[in-house]
Amino acid sequence: MSDATPDTTNDTLPAVPSAPASDETARVEAAALETAREDNAVLALLRSSAGRNAGLVVALLLLCVVGAATAGDRFTSTDNALTILRYAATIGVVSIGMTFVIIGGGIDLSVGAILALASVWCTTLATQQTAEDSHWVVMVFVALAVGAACGLVNGLLISYGGVVPFIATLAMLASARGLAEIISDKKTQIVQVPEFVAFFDREILGIGFSVYLFAVVAIVGWVLLNRTTFGRRTIAVGGNPEAARLAGINVKWHTVLLYVLLGICCGIAALILVARTSTGSSTHGQFYELEAIAAVVIGGTLLTGGRGTIVGTVFGVLIFATLTNVFVLNNRSQSEQQLLKGAIIVAAVLLQQRLASRNNST
Amino acid sequence: MKFQPIRTKVGTTLVAGLSVVALAACTGNEPDKDKADLGGGTSQADNGSNDEAGDKVVIGFSAPAADHGWMGSITQSAQDIAAQYDDVELRVADGTNDVNLQISQVETFINDKVDAIVLLPFDGAAMTPVALKAMDAGIPVINVDREFDDPNAARVTILGDNYGMGVSAGQFVCDNLDGKTDAVVAEIAGIDSLPLTQDRSQGFEDALSECGQDVDNRVAADFTVEGGEEAAGNLLQAAPKIDFLWNHDDDQGVGVLAAIKNANRDEFVMIGGAGSANAMRDIQADNTVLKATVIYPSTQAADGIKLARLLVQAKSLSDLVEVEVPRTVQLYAPVVTKDNVDQFIDTAFES
Repeated sequence: MSDATPDTTNDTLPAVPSAPASDETARVEAAALETAREDNAVLALLRSSAGRNAGLVVALLLLCVVGAATAGDRFTSTDNALTILRYAATIGVVSIGMTFVIIGGGIDLSVGAILALASVWCTTLATQQTAEDSHWVVMVFVALAVGAACGLVNGLLISYGGVVPFIATLAMLASARGLAEIISDKKTQIVQVPEFVAFFDREILGIGFSVYLFAVVAIVGWVLLNRTTFGRRTIAVGGNPEAARLAGINVKWHTVLLYVLLGICCGIAALILVARTSTGSSTHGQFYELEAIAAVVIGGTLLTGGRGTIVGTVFGVLIFATLTNVFVLNNRSQSEQQLLKGAIIVAAVLLQQRLASRNNST
Repeated sequence: MKFQPIRTKVGTTLVAGLSVVALAACTGNEPDKDKADLGGGTSQADNGSNDEAGDKVVIGFSAPAADHGWMGSITQSAQDIAAQYDDVELRVADGTNDVNLQISQVETFINDKVDAIVLLPFDGAAMTPVALKAMDAGIPVINVDREFDDPNAARVTILGDNYGMGVSAGQFVCDNLDGKTDAVVAEIAGIDSLPLTQDRSQGFEDALSECGQDVDNRVAADFTVEGGEEAAGNLLQAAPKIDFLWNHDDDQGVGVLAAIKNANRDEFVMIGGAGSANAMRDIQADNTVLKATVIYPSTQAADGIKLARLLVQAKSLSDLVEVEVPRTVQLYAPVVTKDNVDQFIDTAFES
């Protein structure tokens, strides 16, 4: 009996909270329900994976229409599109990693804190001195290593320590930011290695390097999830850990790897933010965990694990980034935006649950 | 019978709807107070004066989240002053403590080709690259309060005087010694790791040493009411008798005063910092230990708006001989007492 991820083992049928002992009866009932409603073509379309992404495309287009209507060419200009993408890049990279962890049946609340710690560690005087003496890649290496190490601690605690993901990563949230404050003495550390900033701040074909990084991470993530054994295992582990274990997957180690992967994504995001601000600071990445989880969830990934898409997450990130942009362009307050964001999340999850209950029954 | 459930639903919806309306009516929090008069404005401008309406100026403004009274007043007074000028269009990006978002806000201003940007950064160093980008694009940046780490990133910098606050508070103590040679002086600082707190404490120490005094008890809080209460509680325990107490920040001062009241202490004179309207009302009423406060103007962003307007309209500061707007303006940190409180209370912020 593996109790490595106890919170997910019982949740293979998320839409039926009081999962009956006789699954078969429920299935038959649900199937009957489904045939009765089959005429609802919209829901049927939305149920397919392409259909779900189509829903996100429609939502994003709708936002763009609102943006264009309220702000005109201030919204539609290329410069503005690039502003949105640069803003989205940091959260985007984190969200791709988060997608894997959530599909694998976990959750990570510590991403913002890990990002802060990585940004601080890769900009300490010692790191920068070493970077100046050797090569700026040292800073990149430090940020990725810090991210991976934090992810490893999270993963080990969860898999082998039996701590539920929520608590383990909550602890990491507190300690990583605390450590970042200790290392930086709560001061902002300024990057003095011009080669580092020049590399990350460059533009290729008029598009910022961070946007390419986001794109590369998204593509690698897509291939990893959809075209490799690692991806199929992730889905299996999240969908039904017990079945995955019986199928010969090392569920515990695989879970560790997922958190390490997310940690590395946090390291990459830290590098983007360090280059964007030319600073490392313990205040970087506040509330990024919530932003990333929100983007993943509205992208159609089930919080209970076992299903999700990278494309959906990318759209989720873009939807929130565009929303923020439309609000900034219209001088609207962030508080209103938060309210709307909450409504969007609830709407997306409600829709998802309806679709999930139908999918599970087929 | 068939329609019963629907009717119930309508009823529920109605109740829910009414509740929402009722709740919405209860969310108002604004005191019905006339807007502070910050002076200036196009409506009463003399011909040929700087205030006379000129070419239209579009100014982008961004500041951190208004999570304490002083910061709230920064944005509010910037909006108030902009409203007084017919020729100023202010675009306010809502306050944020996320540098990624604040950078994106400034980028939006650059895309919009605004005439000037007034920026109080959440983190001066972190906002330097985007400010440089704005300057490169030919948009003058007015840096308020938290300095960039590159002087080329701003055309004008407006600063309060943290060291001067400490000096003013220290001089007030020296002036009120009444011949005492060994007064017990206590200090409640803000967040200790911030350079601004270190500057304030240094100024206080330097001024006290001029009259042969020093700080006997020092604790640090964190600019919040709870933090002030806790720090003051500890301090009052540690020091059974105090002659003078300087508290760096009036927002945390609300907690400090609560702790003093709880401890039934009134043997000393307290000096505040930053200059909130609450503190000034206490000074005016003269019924607490708080007898003075040292100002750290919350209207500096409003001054930023005014200077941005002059800059874009190619006007000069009319009281200076120099024809260009100065590079740096550092505001003074005066002491407010019962005698001169009327002069300051109108522009003070509510904490």
